[in-house]
Amino acid sequence: MNSIHDMGGMHGLGAIDTTDDATVFHADWEAHTMALARAMMAGKYFNLDEYRYAMERINPACYLGLSYYQRWLAGTITMLVEKGVITQDEYEAQLDALKRGET
Amino acid sequence: MSSGKKDELNRNMTLRVRALESLLLEKGLIETPAIDELVDMFENRLGPWNGAKVVARAWNDSEYKQRLLADGTAALAEMGFDTIQGEEMVIVENSPDTHNIIVCTLCSCFPWAVLGLPPVWYKSAPYRAEAARDPRGVLREFGTEISAGTELRVWDSNAELRYMVLPERPPGTEGMDTEELAKLVTRDSMIGVSKVAPPSAA
Repeated sequence: MNSIHDMGGMHGLGAIDTTDDATVFHADWEAHTMALARAMMAGKYFNLDEYRYAMERINPACYLGLSYYQRWLAGTITMLVEKGVITQDEYEAQLDALKRGET
Repeated sequence: MSSGKKDELNRNMTLRVRALESLLLEKGLIETPAIDELVDMFENRLGPWNGAKVVARAWNDSEYKQRLLADGTAALAEMGFDTIQGEEMVIVENSPDTHNIIVCTLCSCFPWAVLGLPPVWYKSAPYRAEAARDPRGVLREFGTEISAGTELRVWDSNAELRYMVLPERPPGTEGMDTEELAKLVTRDSMIGVSKVAPPSAA
């Protein structure tokens, strides 16, 4: 699929930021995003190829603006909603409750 | 991004991830110990020290090296490094005539069974784009010199097939045992963006 993710050879994406502090995860949420995705795949709610496809389908402007683990989270939520494991409404209700400090 | 903006992003993302995690916990679809175990595995137990052991052994044991180059998956399994999702591993050897560099232009496929998780730059759009188009430019950005006569090969990884570079053994390492050699081998040299430096005089 020739979508935005197919970046080999693309111009205009800027210089490589070669700095590397060798930290695996730069925030806990990144580590948990990784773990949640892998746990759901281990539980066979979706497979790796479908998961990758979910990320490849992200709107191109969003794809370029999201960080790596932000894309992982977006892909995981897309997969879980499409597979009927959760609904978008349930997720947003949970997020709202957290924001209000209720959970 | 300013540090204020970064904090806001982290706060925002923490809530979003927590929302998903708590929802899945409530539904009984995940358990906290499993999540913690996954975090620990990827944060602490997988890392380039594994690949370094493989490289060091290949440098000192030419029969192992031949097996490694002929069938990477089997040779890695010999040392107890199994590919976690069943992907195949191919090891590509650097020499004075040939320099190899790996990339995943489509996402971030990486030989994490032996190198751990990839650095941020490997997963970044600029690297994914430039490694395919101008690998000599990439090496320059990393401060790595290779001669104009050296052939440069770029290997585009995918889900089923991952690569690791067997870097050149640097001078000044004659007679060193595999443990000492392994300490010299860096993750970046096994990706191919840099070479293994000779041991320092100290």
